[in-house]
Amino acid sequence: MAVDTDTVRRIAMLARLNVPEDELDGLAGELNKILDWMDLLNGADTDGVAPMTAVKPMPLRQRADAVTEGGIAEDLVANAPEAAGAFFAVPKVIE
Amino acid sequence: MADNALTDLTIAEARERLDRGEVSARELAEAHIAAIEGARALNAFVTETPERAIADAEASDARRRRGESGALEGIPLGIKDLFCTEGVMSTAASGILDGFVPTYESTVSANLFAAGAVMLGKLNLDEFAMGSSNETSHFGPVENPWRRQGDNRALVPGGSSGGSGAAVAGRLCLGATGTDTGGSIRQPAAFCGVVGAKPTYGRCSRWGIVAFASSLDQAGPMARSVRDTALMLGAMAGFDPKDSTSVDIDVPDFEATLEDGVAGLKVGIPAEYSLDETPDDIRALWDEGIAWLRDAGAEPVEVSLPHTAFALPAYHLIAPAEASSNLARYDGVRYGQRVEGEDLIDTYARTRGAGFGAEVRRRILIGTYALSAGYYDAYYLKAQKVRTLVARDFERAFESCDFLLTPTCPSDAFAIGEKSDDPIAMYLNDVLTVPASLAGLPAMSVPAGLSGGGLPLGLQIVARAFDEETMFRAARAIEKAAAFDARPEPRG
Repeated sequence: MAVDTDTVRRIAMLARLNVPEDELDGLAGELNKILDWMDLLNGADTDGVAPMTAVKPMPLRQRADAVTEGGIAEDLVANAPEAAGAFFAVPKVIE
Repeated sequence: MADNALTDLTIAEARERLDRGEVSARELAEAHIAAIEGARALNAFVTETPERAIADAEASDARRRRGESGALEGIPLGIKDLFCTEGVMSTAASGILDGFVPTYESTVSANLFAAGAVMLGKLNLDEFAMGSSNETSHFGPVENPWRRQGDNRALVPGGSSGGSGAAVAGRLCLGATGTDTGGSIRQPAAFCGVVGAKPTYGRCSRWGIVAFASSLDQAGPMARSVRDTALMLGAMAGFDPKDSTSVDIDVPDFEATLEDGVAGLKVGIPAEYSLDETPDDIRALWDEGIAWLRDAGAEPVEVSLPHTAFALPAYHLIAPAEASSNLARYDGVRYGQRVEGEDLIDTYARTRGAGFGAEVRRRILIGTYALSAGYYDAYYLKAQKVRTLVARDFERAFESCDFLLTPTCPSDAFAIGEKSDDPIAMYLNDVLTVPASLAGLPAMSVPAGLSGGGLPLGLQIVARAFDEETMFRAARAIEKAAAFDARPEPRG
């Protein structure tokens, strides 16, 4: 068993994902089943194989370091749950 | 002309009638709006946009009168609700984006509208495109318009582009956009008896499409003929500087070479796609497909893709890992729903806990685990190396053939609820579509026959990278030989 309820609690915290205590056990079971199935991968011989990073190898494009758009603060905050003018508003972080 | 005669047209037929002035874009739009209203039981749409459709259609008719016709002038389409559409709610079928109204338009949908297409609304899908049955949608499951013979249970349309498949099969739109990460266009196309094409990774811009697994996601068309998907893809595709993985390569006229046939081409038959659990009817249809292509002048050759069995577990590591990273942006601050907590961290956790459904939470946890310290090499890096091996398999196979023919899915459509308790049973739906996704290759599903239960079955064509022309030619050859004309019973 790679994953126990403490591990689920820890990765849920890393993922900033609230998981109710009574669901931890069930999730640990599900995750273990999936991870066991993924152990199939260990049967593949990947010695000396480079990880795939692109479907078609190509250099990242470059462009002139110039402003291409802007002045859309209103658009950017249009869907914010809470905004103050052109700013996103969040709960107080520093007491 | 009766309304159902308008909703039965292919895009190519509608285009001819529009060109000849026998029908207006407005009449086409009205016929589809009525069809959508009559088929709400399917739950294919998250948002219907009838007023927008009429306005688009009137503008299209005006352009046509001025002699300015685009490639899809006046064609009514449905847009998967994973594409951001300016001024129209875009949810990814997630509670966390309920109410999100983008202030911008995705490149692919913008391309379609620039070609004259009319938007009927936003189509349902699995939440964040994570699923193979459209059962994980925050807005409820979509029903497949087809029913199994002698069985009245509602069936899944497949997923994640389930609303797109159901809407095209149910004559609610002439074509629809889909997105495909591991089979999300091809599997619902097969389950619904329509054509669905995933182009080469990089062919369509991902800009403005809600991201699931960025190294795999590709947009593509779903429609009722191979020609329709070819002409839709021609409008959707193209280089976009706003997507760093968009490939700067010319978009050929896919329609122009569609009827070139397969004479002289070699069709590869991968031995590893014959699974122990493949039902006899699917095996028989595959054999029939090989015979059709041989009759059309292609030469079948056996090929081997030895790492096929590793593709699905590799996919189910890579996709959740990328998803856990992509979905970090849903924090209740910039857009979407927020659930207030005791402090900022607690606000994030509560917002995400409440906003994401069970399958999305499961994949975020798997992905976070696979990327966490100490596991990255064992899981994520291992999966990316396996991905290299899967891609190499295809490269070697294409040394001895021009395209591959396989079944699209290992089964026909199943009932709603039938597989929702077992994630791995659900994941196995994609076993034949995932390998081409990992390799980034163009692949499409063509309806080719009916199962023993009277449900549609698809055959899959896989081609070389950026060789969609051969993919469409082969698909057209299958379509001609199969002469698939079965259709679901209309239901309201």
